[in-house]
Amino acid sequence: MIEPSLSRDGVDGHFLQIRSIVKTYDDVVAVNDVSLDIAKGDIFALLGASGSGKSTLLRMLAGFETPNSGKIILDGEDIVSLAPYRRPINMMFQSYALFPHMTVEQNIAYGLKQDRMPKAMIADKVVQMLRLVHMEKYAKRKPEQLSGGQRQRVALARSLAKSPKLLLLDEPMGALDKKLRNRMQLEVVDIIESVGVTCVMVTHDQEEAMTMANRIAIMEEGSIVQSGTPRDIYEAPNSLQAAEFIGSMNLFRGAITVDAQDHAVIDSDEINNQLYVSYGVTTAIEDKHVVFAVRPEKTLISRDQPQGEYNWCRGVVHDIAYLGGHSVYHIRLNNGKILYSFMVNSDRFADQPTWEEQVYVYWSDDSGLVLRP
Amino acid sequence: MKKVTERLKRHAEHGKRWVIAVPTLWLMLFFALPFLIVLKIAFAESAIAIPPYTQLLTMADDAFDLHVYFGNFIFLTEDALYLTAYLNSLKMAAISTFLCLLIGYPMAYHIARAKPSTQTVLLLLILLPSWTSFLIRIYAWIGILKSNGILNNTLMWLGVVDQPLAILNTNVAVYIGIVYAYLPFMILPLYANLVKHDHSLIEASQDLGARWLQSFWRITFPLSRNGIIAGCMLVFIPVVGEYVIPELLGGTNSIVIGKVLWQEFFNNRDWPLASSLALIMLLLLMLPIHFFRKYQEKEWEEGK
Amino acid sequence: MKQPIRFSSVMFWFGMAFLYLPMLSLVIYSFNSSRLVTVWAGWSTKWYGELFRDEGLMAAVWRSLEVAFWSANTAVCLGVLASVALTRFGRFRGRSMLHSLVAAPLVMPDVIIGLSLLLMFVSMTDVLGWPQERGLFTIWIAHATFGTAYATVVISSRLKELDRSFVEAAMDLGAAPVKAFVQITLPIIMPALVSAWLLAFTLSLDDVVIASFVSGPGATTLPIEVFSSVRLGVSPKINALATLIILIVSLVTLVAWWLSRRKLKRDKLVRS
Repeated sequence: MIEPSLSRDGVDGHFLQIRSIVKTYDDVVAVNDVSLDIAKGDIFALLGASGSGKSTLLRMLAGFETPNSGKIILDGEDIVSLAPYRRPINMMFQSYALFPHMTVEQNIAYGLKQDRMPKAMIADKVVQMLRLVHMEKYAKRKPEQLSGGQRQRVALARSLAKSPKLLLLDEPMGALDKKLRNRMQLEVVDIIESVGVTCVMVTHDQEEAMTMANRIAIMEEGSIVQSGTPRDIYEAPNSLQAAEFIGSMNLFRGAITVDAQDHAVIDSDEINNQLYVSYGVTTAIEDKHVVFAVRPEKTLISRDQPQGEYNWCRGVVHDIAYLGGHSVYHIRLNNGKILYSFMVNSDRFADQPTWEEQVYVYWSDDSGLVLRP
Repeated sequence: MKKVTERLKRHAEHGKRWVIAVPTLWLMLFFALPFLIVLKIAFAESAIAIPPYTQLLTMADDAFDLHVYFGNFIFLTEDALYLTAYLNSLKMAAISTFLCLLIGYPMAYHIARAKPSTQTVLLLLILLPSWTSFLIRIYAWIGILKSNGILNNTLMWLGVVDQPLAILNTNVAVYIGIVYAYLPFMILPLYANLVKHDHSLIEASQDLGARWLQSFWRITFPLSRNGIIAGCMLVFIPVVGEYVIPELLGGTNSIVIGKVLWQEFFNNRDWPLASSLALIMLLLLMLPIHFFRKYQEKEWEEGK
Repeated sequence: MKQPIRFSSVMFWFGMAFLYLPMLSLVIYSFNSSRLVTVWAGWSTKWYGELFRDEGLMAAVWRSLEVAFWSANTAVCLGVLASVALTRFGRFRGRSMLHSLVAAPLVMPDVIIGLSLLLMFVSMTDVLGWPQERGLFTIWIAHATFGTAYATVVISSRLKELDRSFVEAAMDLGAAPVKAFVQITLPIIMPALVSAWLLAFTLSLDDVVIASFVSGPGATTLPIEVFSSVRLGVSPKINALATLIILIVSLVTLVAWWLSRRKLKRDKLVRS
């Protein structure tokens, strides 16, 4: 699923270009000067908490909201002034919005009928779509006679029937329970990829975004915090916001003391040893305050004191959350700070540190990140 | 391209304006404007003519002659009959509203506590009578309350009374009729309100040791305030102007404003006097109607 | 918790008895062969025969049905427009006024509506020469007017709770707003339209006061006929009429309830 960070943008050019979109309601700025480039064939996720402006942005792509300013260029055409029913864009709604008075077949055919497609062609297309989503047997059913997963497939088929240039998914798994969610995520991606349609989805669930999308943009308070491949965003967050939004992070506030070409050393009050990163950090002389971040799964726990003078600390096991595949250790440092560290449970009955035991937490020089506070 | 969308937008705006204008104009013309005419005719003098009143504005010698007549209102204050009628109507409306609330509240409460599928059935049972003819249901009470009617016959057969009770043509009969006819209007808004309540609130308060009556009085009842207001207004306001029930079930001494207005209009053909009666009734009801409207709008916005 | 439920249950069934016993008595006495309503003289259906032979009454029934039919149609059309305006257009100038115009007729006493409308029609005839005479046409206008208020309440409460994404989905799939409304919204809210229509219809069939004011000579509706005969006292023919009305209303309600329940059950069955 995860592709190398070299995206297809360079090859295809930007299929969908969002340029300086601003949307305000009364005095509230919902979307604040957002620009994005989305390549053909991308599955692009807008990830953010509720109220981050991601849904408003999606609705502007669909045409249900008009931006105050900015451009949306799809395949070379500015679509901002187009009414929703004239855009070559289709959406799968969070509630699916399947028309309750129509059968599955009629639902899928609805968009095609609006285009005045000949009846025989509509019938063919409907059959093709039903086959695509494996719902041939349910063609004559009404939506209320379907289960959640089946409804989603019909909704997907309906929004793909018109072969849109752009497919929008609004919280695609929002209406499903957790177990079904994991299955449908992969199924929906398979279908979208088999059709090859460019897709923009909105979700608040980072796992969903990372599973389904090949590119993600994190939104907060109406602005894009960072966009890139899931791996980029996870491994190289460009800001504290991005780092905290996805996954968990151990953070140490401090100041840069050594700033060389190929490494940097950071002093922090929150840890007794210095912190070291194996890449140069360009800092302004007047502002040396930074945050050092390291992900829990990149840290190791040992009973013996690690060698070297950087990137380790001593503490006691404060809590252990056993999660099956791995355990999350909560290590309390002398100053009271809690560090999180993952330990993979590869042995069934390994001799692992236990509560109140003194341990050392350490990580390698290239595990840490320096972020601006 | 831009031009097309501009035109489409204007088109849409145009369509919207029509959607708003058509019902507004209809209701303005056939509901609001008539009140202005009532206002006009209330200040005209009764005359033997077609229509039977004098004109407010007349053209005489190329000049408008404004003729405002206050006689109707002066007349209304002089005859005690009208004051009695207004007071009786208000009293009747207040008492029957209270009775409806007394009977309707437990009924609405019972429906709201039933299983959802049962709720539908019970609501239908409450509504069904009001879909049959109102007139005929009031008429049924004549047969029941008459001196040799079903009720008296039953009571005498049971030996409860040995002489028929005079109920028909009394205020008691009017109250029975009004409560009977307006009960669904009280139950519906109460039910709509009570069904929204979180039952766990009451259970929580009982956990805390509150007795049932206490928890009802402190929690359920205050929470259902909106439903109570709606129900009471839906009963009180129309009952003030009720004509059919006092006419059929009440006696000659049950003088209410609806009956008086009807008689002035149909029997005495005094349209200006009837108009001034209506005008005063309208003024009396202005406050409750405003109250009702505000509540309605609140309910309307809430669901959004 | 047991105690209060029992109290409200008692009150509920007491209230139900209060609501239904009078109707039951009408039904029973409609089969009484005696003219005296309170004396039982054996079963008979002769009053039904007399009812159908009463040409004046039968003509009034048809007139009333006609007026009610057209009033309900008009009320639902205007109610749909008003509901769309109130629930879908957000804020607009005149919104509050439309609110008042819809809410006030719900509680306005009949005598006031009747009198004011009549005076309005008379003035219009005076000034415009139209309407030339009062009759079914003016009753239709009056009934459509208050019917609109009730229809708007029913329809707008349904529209309000309707998920907007249905219309958005239709527009997304290429339907212009009006088309989306006709093809998607209207069919979905059809049950509400039907109940609004039935409500306006029964209200029109039931109205005696307003019709008495605004009708003209020769245009007596059923309630006006019934009212004048009831004022003279109890008449077994009216009992027969009442029984028929109760029968029809009950049947319609029962069928509607049964249909909706069957649909609900079937859907549940299919899904599981």
